[in-house]
This record gives sequence, structure tokens and C-alpha cells, in this order.
Amino acid sequence: MVGIVAYGAYVPRLRLNRQAVYDANKWFAAGLRGLAKGERSMANWDEDSITMAVEASRDCLTSHKAEDVRNIYFASTTHPFKDRQNAGVIGTALNVEQNLSATDIGGSLKAGTSALIAGLNASKEGAPSLVAAADKRLGRVASANELNYGDGAAALLCGTENVIAKLIGHHAVSMDFVDHFRGDDAEFDYGWEERWIRDEGYSKIVPPAVKAGLAAAKLKGGDITHFIMPSPMPAVPKQMAKICGIGEGAVRDLLGATLGDTGSAHALVMLVDALETAKAGDRIMVVAFGQGVDVLVFEVTAENAKLPKRRALSGWMARRKEEKNYMKFLAFNEMLPIDKGMRAEFDKKTALSVLWRKRDMLYGLVGGKCRVCGTVQFPRSPVCVNPNCHAMDSQDPYAMAGLEASVMSFTADSLTYSPDPPAYYGMITFPEGGRFMADFTDSDKDQVKVGAKMRMTFRIRDNDTMRGGFKRYFWKAAPA
Amino acid sequence: MARGIKDKVAILGMGCSKFGERWDAGAEELMLEAYKECLKDAGIDQNQLQAAWFSTAIDEVHVGKSGIPLSTTLRLPNIPVTHVENMCASGTEAFRGACYAVASGAADFALALGVEKLKDTGYGGLPGGRGGPLQVLWNANGTAPGNFAQLATAYMTAHGVSGEDLKKAIGHVSWKSHQNGAKNPKAHLQKAVEMDTILNAPMIASPLGLFDCCGVSDGAAAAIVTTPEIAKALGKKDIVSVKALQLSVSNGSESGHNSWDGSYFHTTRIASKKAYEEAGIKSPRDEVSMFEVHDCFSVTELVTMEDLHISETGKGWKDVLDGFYDADGKIPCQIDGGLKCFGHPIGASGLRMLYEMYLQIQGRAGARQLKNPRIGMTHNLGGAPRENISSVAIVGRYE
Repeated sequence: MVGIVAYGAYVPRLRLNRQAVYDANKWFAAGLRGLAKGERSMANWDEDSITMAVEASRDCLTSHKAEDVRNIYFASTTHPFKDRQNAGVIGTALNVEQNLSATDIGGSLKAGTSALIAGLNASKEGAPSLVAAADKRLGRVASANELNYGDGAAALLCGTENVIAKLIGHHAVSMDFVDHFRGDDAEFDYGWEERWIRDEGYSKIVPPAVKAGLAAAKLKGGDITHFIMPSPMPAVPKQMAKICGIGEGAVRDLLGATLGDTGSAHALVMLVDALETAKAGDRIMVVAFGQGVDVLVFEVTAENAKLPKRRALSGWMARRKEEKNYMKFLAFNEMLPIDKGMRAEFDKKTALSVLWRKRDMLYGLVGGKCRVCGTVQFPRSPVCVNPNCHAMDSQDPYAMAGLEASVMSFTADSLTYSPDPPAYYGMITFPEGGRFMADFTDSDKDQVKVGAKMRMTFRIRDNDTMRGGFKRYFWKAAPA
Repeated sequence: MARGIKDKVAILGMGCSKFGERWDAGAEELMLEAYKECLKDAGIDQNQLQAAWFSTAIDEVHVGKSGIPLSTTLRLPNIPVTHVENMCASGTEAFRGACYAVASGAADFALALGVEKLKDTGYGGLPGGRGGPLQVLWNANGTAPGNFAQLATAYMTAHGVSGEDLKKAIGHVSWKSHQNGAKNPKAHLQKAVEMDTILNAPMIASPLGLFDCCGVSDGAAAAIVTTPEIAKALGKKDIVSVKALQLSVSNGSESGHNSWDGSYFHTTRIASKKAYEEAGIKSPRDEVSMFEVHDCFSVTELVTMEDLHISETGKGWKDVLDGFYDADGKIPCQIDGGLKCFGHPIGASGLRMLYEMYLQIQGRAGARQLKNPRIGMTHNLGGAPRENISSVAIVGRYE
């Protein structure tokens, strides 16, 4: 029996106030007034779909070992790299490389569910597969997309042992119905009229697929407890449910008021939301629309209640900071030609050979532990750092990303270039030994103190725009 | 214990350029300005020089690598010229090289010259850059003020000093240096500054404000050294000799091992202890007449005075507030205005500090002249509190 064995999610801390966006743009686009409600998640300047997927994957693996994962599928329509395996970066950040197949899945808003189908299929023989989905889509200034989109990620571990939601049926159709598209050289989506999409798209393509999904699961519409179907048109999922005989009460909230639409990740984000409170016996149908339809039907098992606690969607949603500064949102997304000053001009060319040699240190935050004296240190070095040891070639790899650190000293630096000044950084120490001068992220003045507990998080440190946007990733410390 | 450098080398002459935003001068002009004064003071002919040490730190915006820039600028007589770089300790390193050459007998006359031309970057502050291809992939996005600001947070934590008390103490450090710098025609900043202005200045890296940071300037300084015997034979009076030269370099324990609490300079404690031994100084608080220490930031000076074993650990801020290091205090510190007023042309600073000690001991310091100083100590710190080079030099009357 294959199914989902664990779930995780990630939502950036910042929540952009939609009224603030509307207030800035209403002189130009007064018609957006109806959307000026609630808030949407907003990635920090150092987050992209890879970093969010890493966080969701870590959340998912709270209860499982990363080294048991045999496949990673990473779905997104905003993979940071066109040619460089994005899923492989996630694997390295999780310290999994050997016996691992990594695959990027994109090109459609149903990429998340397609990745989940692939992950479930790959896990049938018992090899656990991690399915991560994340998106950080941009909308044009003063567009509806800008208000509706949110940034976020979900991750699901597929397998056959201690399944929390077993797959009881699925169905897929593929049709080149172009409701919107984003060309190779475009930053923004281009979409057709909503009424046409509703009447010729959703209404004609979704119901037959849902019915086929129900048939595959040997269920009727009324058997569905949770109906998950992302759509930019909030009325559409209800209409589709009604057509298919699914109760109105089963239709899950689209999370638009507080999160926004996380693109190809959204079906899985909503699935995590459902799994957090689903009871044994609940039937969950997941539908994703995008040049066709994916339909998956799960039945929740008694194992779901036993899954060890993790942050999941509710935990990350609760970590929240309201952002009313629309200018900051534009600047973070490089949509505002802000004067960064000469200190932003330093060359950010990355020596790829160094990156390869030090990948466990840089992407996995793996330090060393001395076999002679037991001292933990970062980075791993040829000679032990303990003044009373100094043994040579004595260190075994020691993973530190999951350890809680504390602040020994810090500053808020207004001189260095940072997209979000002042730059917080400081010396952090790990309880079992090891320390380094780390950049802080998601930090405010009242949170950063000597002794404050910090959680390590995988982030962008630089973007080499001179060479087409090579992102340098490393770990930063964020208030725990 | 090695025999050490004490009284084996004498300073024959020194020179120092005007420091400041020298829009009029490149590194070459600055070198010549310091060198001309130095050569005249030494009273020898250029052809008598047998070796030279040349210090600069930031090649990328400067004269480039090697000893060639010094040799070609001064048209030296094809003697060995060694380029040294050891961050902010570079100037002291050049002096150390020249002194060791004389002490070994390899040269009778050796030149040490340090220069830095910083004001060609197009922006304020030190030029950026964060090391090699691995460092840029993980080192924090820091600056010098941000690194030294953490010395302040750790110091407050270690000794239970309140933010207000510390801010006052480091404010006094800067106030005192500005008082001194106002009397120095070669200083970059020659204006006394009110305490209120210092305390209310814009924040650069909390808790360090604008006046807690030293200036960024262009400048050069030079020394010609020989043996005390040759100096005497040349008819020199009031000879200033070298008593100690020590350097201590971090080996990563502060930055990588949890035994260091961030509140002090491990290396300075070591280098100064060795220097006192080398110089035969038993009680530095009673024997040293004056200091020029590395006040890149006000808090650096405060903590350094503890690590030089002058103020008690955790009590330095009280000595500062008591005026112990003021011009009329027990041991004046930064009597020339310090890095605070001279700015910090990195390759030149160590030699500039020695220049003031040399002038003071010879009674040639003009309006700043202290009463009968006998022993002067300089200190440079290159790098950051967690990883650095600490260099100290002690010079004094040759008796």
C-alpha cells in the first residue's frame, strides 16, 4: 500500500498587506479594490523556490531520516535554474547524494500533483520518495496576480510504511488549454479572459476528470471529506464540486485571505493543511488544473494521528510579520531600480570547483568532530581547532543544520550592502561545540540578543547577476 | 628564551606625510613626502641604504604587488625590497623586517616604508572584499565596524557593563583622541569634538556610531634604522632604540572553539606579555610612558588597554572615564590623535605610530610634547576580534 507517510510545509515570515499594495497602485488600477483584503506571503530577499523547498523538506523529514530517501521530485514553475538540477541542490542541502534519483518537474501549475503522482509511483516498491513543491511567482506591478499570488512550499514523503494517507485512486488528463503562459524570456504570466477559462476550461475539463478519479477510487462524490482544488477564481472549486456531487462543506478553503496562491505548490500546500487535522477514514481529493487535470484520492489512516509533531502549514503561518511597505516588496523582487550603492558592486563570481569540493560544508552545513578529543567544529579542518588537541586529519563529518545555536555576539550593520538593512550578523555557538560568524535572517531588533536561540535556515547569500543569476546558497541563523 | 631585539637597533630617522583625503597625491607622492623627511632626519645618503621593507595592504586599489613600486618610486639603488602585508599590522611588519636585518648584521642601514592610498575607490569607508574563493561563500556579510561592534556586545555581556556606561566610555576614548588630534598639523581630522556630538552621532554598526569609527585616509610613514653604535658614530644624540617587537597571530581558536567569549583580544594578551619580557619591563602600568594603540574603533582601544595589561580586565572602561589615558592622565594614549584623527591608511599606520613615539622621546612633538617620556609602546591589530594579527613595538631612550 503506497501513500503519504509524512508532510511538511514552509511559508515565508513576511505577509504583505494587500491594502498597502492597493493604496500605492489605486491611482492606476482602481479596479483592484475588491482584492485589497487580507495579506499574502512574501518571500524575504534571500528566499526562492529552492530555499523554500529545502525548508518544507526539512519540516517533512522531522520524523524520517533523509538518508533513506531514494527519489526527490521538485515541482515549481520558478526553478532558479533552467539547466542545473534544482532538486539536486535540495538533496545536497539535506545531505543526501548517494542512491538518489533527483528530478525537476515544472511547466504547469499542476507540476506539484504530477510530482506527487510520480513520487507515489516510484515508492510502490518501498523506496521512499520526497516530493517538494515551491513557487515564488512575480506579478506585474498593479496586477491582480501581484495581489493573489503567495510564496510558499510543501513537501510530502511517499512510501509504504506507516502510511498516513493511502492513495486509493488517481487520474490524469493532458490538454493544451492555454489559460495563461509564461514564455522562456518572460518574467510575468500572460493570461486570457477569466470567463472563457471558467466556461470552456474548468467547466468542461475538470468534471470528467474528477468523475474518472472517483471511479478509480471506487467512490461517489458524496464520499469525499476534503475537496482540494486551487484556482484563481474562488467560486470555481465550489462549482466543480457541485457538478460532481461533492458536498459544499468538503470544499477546502483556498487560503487566499492569509497566504495567497502558491502556484504549482498550492495543491500540496492545501493537502498539508487538510492532513494536519484530517481524521482516520477521511477521503481527500486533490485536483490541480493546468493544461489538463491531475486528480488524486487519498484515504487517511489511523497513522496520521501518530505522526510526530512538526511546524507544518499552521506552524509556519503562525510565524508571521506583517509588511506594509510595498516598496520593500518591489525592491526584494528586483522590480524597483533602487540605488544599491557601490558596495553592491563587488563581483560575485563563484568558483564552481570550490563549491564542489566544499559542498557538504556550504550546502549541508556539515562540520567536523574530532575523533581524538571529540570537539565539534565548523568548518571541518585539517587540524583540530581545540587548543589542547590540534590533532591532524582527525575529523569525521558532523551535520549541524538541525542543531539549535545561540547568539554570542551580534551587530546591526548599516554600512555593509544588504537588500534589507541593517544587516544583522553575529557569532553563533552550537551547544556541542562549533561556532562561526553567521549572517542572520528574518531578524528584528527585538529578537536578536546575546543568548538568543537561533535556528539554521538555508538561504541565498548572493546572486551573481553578471553571469545570468547564479545564486549562492548558504545557511543563515534565524530567531528560533 | 631567545635573546631578543632589545637595544640592538636604533631609529636613525623618521618621516611622515600629512594624512588625509589627499586628492592631490597618489601613493608615489605620499611615499616621497614621508621618505624625504626621513632621509633628511637620518642624515645619510640614499646609496647607503642596503635593504628595504615596504608595506601596503589593499593592493587591489593601490600600487599592486611586490617591492617594485617602492624601488621605482624612490629610485633605490637596486637593493633588496621586500613587500609585506599583514593587514593592519603591515606597517609594524615593515619596521620589524628592517630591524631584524640590522640586528642580524645583514644591513647597516635599512628602510621601512608604509603607504596606503585609500581615497580612490569612489565611496567612503574601507574598500570591500572578503577574501578568497571559499571565504566569499560562507563568511558573514560583514564590515570592520560590524565585527568590532561585537567586541562591544561581548564585553558588556562578559563584565556586566551597561550599554549606557560603555557608550560613555567609548565616547570618551574618541573625545580624548580628538582633543589630541586638534594639536597635530599632520592629522587628518584636527577638530576637537563635543561629547554630545559623539554620543548622538548616526549609528554605523550598533552600538558603534560615526565617532566610534576611525577615519579613512591616505598617508605614508617611513623609518631608517641602524645599530646604536653606528648612530653614535654619526654623531646622533637622544638615540631612540628598539626594546621589543612582538607579533601574535590567531590560530583559529577564537573563531572556531567555544573557549573564547568574544570580549577580548587573545593575541594582544600574548604579544604584549612577550614584548614586556623582551624589553625587560616588569610593571608596564608604571614603566610605559605613553601608548599609540590600534583605535580603529573606540571600543578596540578600550579593550586593548586591558589586553596590554595596563587596565584590569573588565575595568578598562573606568580607567577611561577617570581620564587615565587622557593627555594629562597617568599614561597618555593616542597623544598624536590616533587612528581616530589620522585615519587608517593601513600599510602606513604602524610606522605613523612609531613616528610619534620617536618625536616624543626626542622632545620634538611640539604642542603635544609630553613631559620627559622614556618608553613608548605601539600596537596594531589586523583583522577582526575573532581572527587577527596583533603586533606590538616598544621603543625608548637608548641609555
